[in-house]
Amino acid sequence: MDILIYGTINSIALAIMALGFALVYGISRVPNFAHGALYVVCGFVTWSLLRGLGLNYLVSIILAMIITGVIGALIYQFVLIRVRGMAISEIIASYAIGLAILEGFRWGGFKGMTYTLPVFVEGSITIGDIPVDLHRVVIVGICAAVVAFLWLFTHYTRIGLALRGMAQDERAALMLGIDSDLMAVVAMAVGSMLAGLAAILLLPLGNIVVEAGYNVLILAIAVCIVGGLGSWMGAVIAAFLIGFAQILTVVYLGSHFQMVVALLAIILTLILRPSGLFGKQKELEERV
Amino acid sequence: MNIEQRRKERLDRGIKVRTDGLYAIMSWRELSYLTLPRLVLILGMLALPLIMPSMYWQRVISIVCIYALLALSFDFLAHFVGLVSLGGALFIGVGGYLAAIMNTYFSMPPLLTIPIATVVGAGICTVLLLPCLPLRGVYFAIVSLMYPLLMARIIEALNILGGTDGIMGVDSFANRWIEQYFVILMVLLSLFGMRRLVNLDIGLVFRAVKDNDQAVRASGMNITFYKAIAVFIASAMGCLSGACLVHIYMWSGISQFALDFSIIPIAATVIGGAGTLVGPVLGCFILVPISELLRDFGTLRIVFYSLILVAFIVFRSEGVMVYGQRKYHQFERWVKI
Repeated sequence: MDILIYGTINSIALAIMALGFALVYGISRVPNFAHGALYVVCGFVTWSLLRGLGLNYLVSIILAMIITGVIGALIYQFVLIRVRGMAISEIIASYAIGLAILEGFRWGGFKGMTYTLPVFVEGSITIGDIPVDLHRVVIVGICAAVVAFLWLFTHYTRIGLALRGMAQDERAALMLGIDSDLMAVVAMAVGSMLAGLAAILLLPLGNIVVEAGYNVLILAIAVCIVGGLGSWMGAVIAAFLIGFAQILTVVYLGSHFQMVVALLAIILTLILRPSGLFGKQKELEERV
Repeated sequence: MNIEQRRKERLDRGIKVRTDGLYAIMSWRELSYLTLPRLVLILGMLALPLIMPSMYWQRVISIVCIYALLALSFDFLAHFVGLVSLGGALFIGVGGYLAAIMNTYFSMPPLLTIPIATVVGAGICTVLLLPCLPLRGVYFAIVSLMYPLLMARIIEALNILGGTDGIMGVDSFANRWIEQYFVILMVLLSLFGMRRLVNLDIGLVFRAVKDNDQAVRASGMNITFYKAIAVFIASAMGCLSGACLVHIYMWSGISQFALDFSIIPIAATVIGGAGTLVGPVLGCFILVPISELLRDFGTLRIVFYSLILVAFIVFRSEGVMVYGQRKYHQFERWVKI
């Protein structure tokens, strides 16, 4: 029973980490290796707004997400857009930006127990006979809402439809008058905000540390590869697979092996189904 | 409105054209035009340990050479085979740990551990990276990024191979002259070996894999096999440098999976000139000493590299070496249109 509950919660946390990466890759085909860095940035901005400026928690969360979104958009507009289409440069540039941000934080002495965000709601409830703290329940609720919102956004709004059009076929989208550069900036901003949202939801469970940036990046990438790069539904389903696999390893093998699960999942996927569970339309493109 | 339009015209120097063919051996001038840059590089590198003022800077030369080997392997993989490896630290770590294990547990001398660590380590790295080789796209970058991070964590968590303390008491080289000339010779050998290799038939196949893999497959060649060979060659260079590093520091630990080893070779390649093979070595000779001077700043160095890297890749993606070659081989002038 506790495996079921904590597995679900863990899976949903993974899904929210991975959605931003999947979104950016799906739309602009840029692997955003700065994803983990944006996650930490949002946590840090929230912390400094909350503790440094003494703002309301809700206000600082909203402000922090907007700031993270703007940072993501700026990274795309001023750096990534210039190297777009050059695979080697794209990877190196986004990776270097991510490293610069993360190691910059590490240099600024950003580690240890002092940087924590408060949970949204104190207390816990009992499901079955397992106590679950309310914050985790809130996470599940918010994530479900976000996934639903994203689905509605991409199916019923002009911008959302344009984004999907670009994800399917960029040239055709260009011919129909969709500004692909603008859409890619929008996608990057939304992706960064999702990374930020993940940070705000998950960081109250622990400390804000630099290593979280690398962990999030690895987990997000693992989920996206298993689900098929660029496929959002695949990412959500893969998050459940990896999430439960992680909880099972923690229960039966010990928590050391938690990260190994992610790597094994990637390796197995690449060997068995290289385009991921749901990456069908790109299968021909990526397989040599 | 009379806007004068100009463009820069670039013409090959006469001497370059003459030295392209057999006429190069006709006169001393042409001969020296060809050999001078290479001789400057070779003799300069051989002379470096002699002109360094202190032990400390001699040690820096060895470290530079280790990074140069890694940068060479990155450049070869990225610009001749099309595989971007974000985890040079994997090669260093595997080679280093292998050498350390063989030296301390089985008490083999460095003369044996370095070659064995090179070959076996390259085999291990190739097998580890094999699953992502049949695929195109970002998979190789992702998987190679993950391995070093995970390796460090596995060693830490399971407390194997010395855990967080690492393996101590590895033999050093017989003396520091052997150490320095060994790594310098290795860099020179790899450098000129790689330059030769990419112009052989197999190098042609590598470049074809990068440019148009479908054409390679249509010619009845197995792409995965050739990519595996390329990864083997590159990781052999990486493992060699790792093994040397372990014997220089007399210690092997998880910091060998650290990000420095992944980011500095990439930065050196981009700054030195991607796809030239000499450029990365040059880039290391620029970057690593700066990094030694900035040692006090800790991880800020990585920030510094990353920013240089971004700036170079966005604004000056050709790098120092390509620029230098252009100035050497061509003259430029403004012409009116």
